[in-house]
Amino acid sequence: MLLTKAEIEARTITEDGQVFLQKAAQDGLETVWDRYQAQKPQCGFCELGLSCRNCSMGPCRIDPFGEGPQRGVCGADADIIVARNLGRMIAAGAASHSDHGRDLVEVLRKVGEGHAPGYTIRSEEKLKKVAAEFGIAADGKTPADLAVELAHAMEEEFGTRKKALTFLGRVPEKRRAIWDKLGITPRGIDRETSEMMHRTHMGVDNDWQSLLLHGLRNALSDGWGGSFIATEVSDILFGIPQPVPSEVNLGVLKENQVNIVLHGHNPIVSEMIYEAAQDPELLALASEKGAEGINLAGLCCTGNELLMRRGIPMAGNHLMTELALSTGLVDMMIVDYQCIMPALGEIATCYHTLMISTSDKAKFPHMAHHEFHPETAQSKARELVRMAVENYERRLPAKVLPAPNTPTRMMAGFSVEAILGALGGSPAPLIEAIKSGAVQGAVGVVGCNNPKIRQDFGHVTLTRHLIENDILVVDTGCAAVAHAKAGLKVPEAAALAGPGLQQVCKSLGIPPVLHMGSCVDNVRILDLAAALANALGTDISDLPLAAAAPEWYSEKAVSIACYAVASGIFTVLGTPPPIFGSPKIVKLLTEDIEGLLGASFAVEPDPEKAAARIEQHIRQKRKALGL
Amino acid sequence: MDESLRERVMVRLERCVGCRSCELACRVAHSQSGTLWGAVMEEPKPRRRIFVEQAAESPAPFLCRHCEDAPCVRCCPTGALRFDETSGLVAYAVDRCIGCHACVMACPFGVVQPGRGDLFVVKCDRCEGRDRPACVEACPTRALVLETAFLVDRRRRAVGRFVEAARLDISEADLMAAGSAQSP
Ligand code: SF4
Ligand code: SF4
Ligand code: SF4
Ligand code: SF4
Repeated sequence: MLLTKAEIEARTITEDGQVFLQKAAQDGLETVWDRYQAQKPQCGFCELGLSCRNCSMGPCRIDPFGEGPQRGVCGADADIIVARNLGRMIAAGAASHSDHGRDLVEVLRKVGEGHAPGYTIRSEEKLKKVAAEFGIAADGKTPADLAVELAHAMEEEFGTRKKALTFLGRVPEKRRAIWDKLGITPRGIDRETSEMMHRTHMGVDNDWQSLLLHGLRNALSDGWGGSFIATEVSDILFGIPQPVPSEVNLGVLKENQVNIVLHGHNPIVSEMIYEAAQDPELLALASEKGAEGINLAGLCCTGNELLMRRGIPMAGNHLMTELALSTGLVDMMIVDYQCIMPALGEIATCYHTLMISTSDKAKFPHMAHHEFHPETAQSKARELVRMAVENYERRLPAKVLPAPNTPTRMMAGFSVEAILGALGGSPAPLIEAIKSGAVQGAVGVVGCNNPKIRQDFGHVTLTRHLIENDILVVDTGCAAVAHAKAGLKVPEAAALAGPGLQQVCKSLGIPPVLHMGSCVDNVRILDLAAALANALGTDISDLPLAAAAPEWYSEKAVSIACYAVASGIFTVLGTPPPIFGSPKIVKLLTEDIEGLLGASFAVEPDPEKAAARIEQHIRQKRKALGL
Repeated sequence: MDESLRERVMVRLERCVGCRSCELACRVAHSQSGTLWGAVMEEPKPRRRIFVEQAAESPAPFLCRHCEDAPCVRCCPTGALRFDETSGLVAYAVDRCIGCHACVMACPFGVVQPGRGDLFVVKCDRCEGRDRPACVEACPTRALVLETAFLVDRRRRAVGRFVEAARLDISEADLMAAGSAQSP
């Protein structure tokens, strides 16, 4: 069904998105926006978190207006059901990040053992630093030995033997004390997730407050555990990101080159594809087929990982994944896991695109499965790139539409190390800028796209307001890609910032919106916040910081939001989470939790109002610090 | 259908899955805030005008039928309830109501509710000011439809059954017993 201009504009603010929504409609594709329309109205009980299907006496629903049933068959009331459901969302999010982390640890170990040809240790510096944190002395050991020992120690983190996770060593003392007092210090990574599934089984934890506290501990096991390991080990294996220029939007797909799009979250597969795409033999084959080269482009966080370390351009964020296929230019899309819509394979059948799934734990309809394992990844990657090159000739000219707009320039690669490097090696200049008021504070704008919100509107509107008010924005994930598409990630974008931030950006040659990586890389933001607090001898919650997820959709985002708040960062959500069926839980999370953690949640779908709340919060924090 | 007449809500009982989305939507449509998240926080709580009951093994939505010769209208001593010829609906005028609840007792479907303090009587107003009532919009299985759509659908299905039965050369009854997609 063709779409009117108004319908298209209501779906996305992006120029390429608008063009390819129409192209997709002309090609007869059903996109995520169409499916969302078809799902409407969505179930109000589920929207409020009031439906439970945890056992087969149910499913049960609680009437939020008090007339119908107020208890499930087991006797659980609205508070218990909402808390259990939220707990399970956190567990699923934490499990996803942490399992991703574990896969990297496996590669680290195999690299050390010499069983992962093609992979290597790119950052010995970080290997040594992290090994030292785990109490492993580097003296006399080869990087390979150190890798094996560190991998082994990290594997232990996933189990049960720890009292507290090792990376908690980076957390400010005051914060640790709060967690200990509340009993939410995260122990083993898998332990907290497993315990959450246990607690939310019928007849286990039926105190909504203790369920929520464990939810925070579970989220912390992700933030300071699973995700932290994922980021640190990725840096060890693939290098610490440094500022790098690149480009974004569907214009990065080249008409005269072999286009391979990498989608998912884990860099293990995509890094090998990156290597294979440099292979002279495959490049020669490409030119034999009439292509001018092999062009890699990223989607979602696999894209962000490659962008951060290799400057690979981004085709788009979550809601662009289907539209990328509608260009007819994608010769191969390779996916690993997370946020890959199961609709993609079928959409690709309209084009010549080869769809490849690579993870033993993530299979999709209409995709060819080519499993990656560390032992064989290198040869597998070559095989796939060869297939993509051979597929170039099979493009269907009638279905090809190159993006009419040129790619937007951007800068990425702002790891904590890179930011401190830009500052001359210590956080002191940033602290000075905050003290002087040139930079009022910093906000992490992170998270997904969600068809319930006009694509990128939430991110871009919020971020523009923040930088105008001299608030530095750091970002990750699909939010970062939204900002890049809007042109906020070039040094020249400093002109859009308030006078103070503008001056700081100009003197350092950086954009006012710093790309810190993928969604697991939200821990880079935590790490930086902790480093600032430690440098000031205070707690994270005392700093003029905030976080926002204006267009979040995933369970991983719930876990991230919870570890942000538990770590002391005020967090504003753009889409209402399914908690409104319990007024008690809403009050706890948006008000009372402040007294326990020095931070709370807010829900604000309007990005302008969200900006106002964040600015007010930052003013309060500055005032409390006497600034 | 005459322009001034407002189409009533019809029920395709066989499609109802008992999700109660219509009940939530009706409350939201009669709330101050007009949003689900706002409505759950309101006092007094917005009331629903549609009721999903388990009736004879099946979930069944009940709402005011807007009867042309309505028992509630007949028994109303003050004329607060009356059949409005223009809209074709049973209209309620709160300023004439004395709260005797004769209508509550008279309604054969039990869909006129006594108010609780804030209102004398609560019943379906067919969503004043809305073309498509909230419950109709909310129903995910389209169990609730407006009159015209209901009749068109019934007629088309009937023809579908004749044709399918003729094609298969079986009786309509056998076709229905076999669970045809064209079942009413
Ligand atoms: S756990 Fe309780 S509320 Fe949930 S489905 Fe079972 S009986 Fe119902
Ligand atoms: S309660 Fe009001 S509307 Fe109902 S019969 Fe009495 S006077 Fe009429
Ligand atoms: S038509 Fe409106 S008032 Fe009547 S039951 Fe449906 S939603 Fe409620
Ligand atoms: S919304 Fe529709 S399916 Fe759900 S209970 Fe109401 S009538 Fe039945």
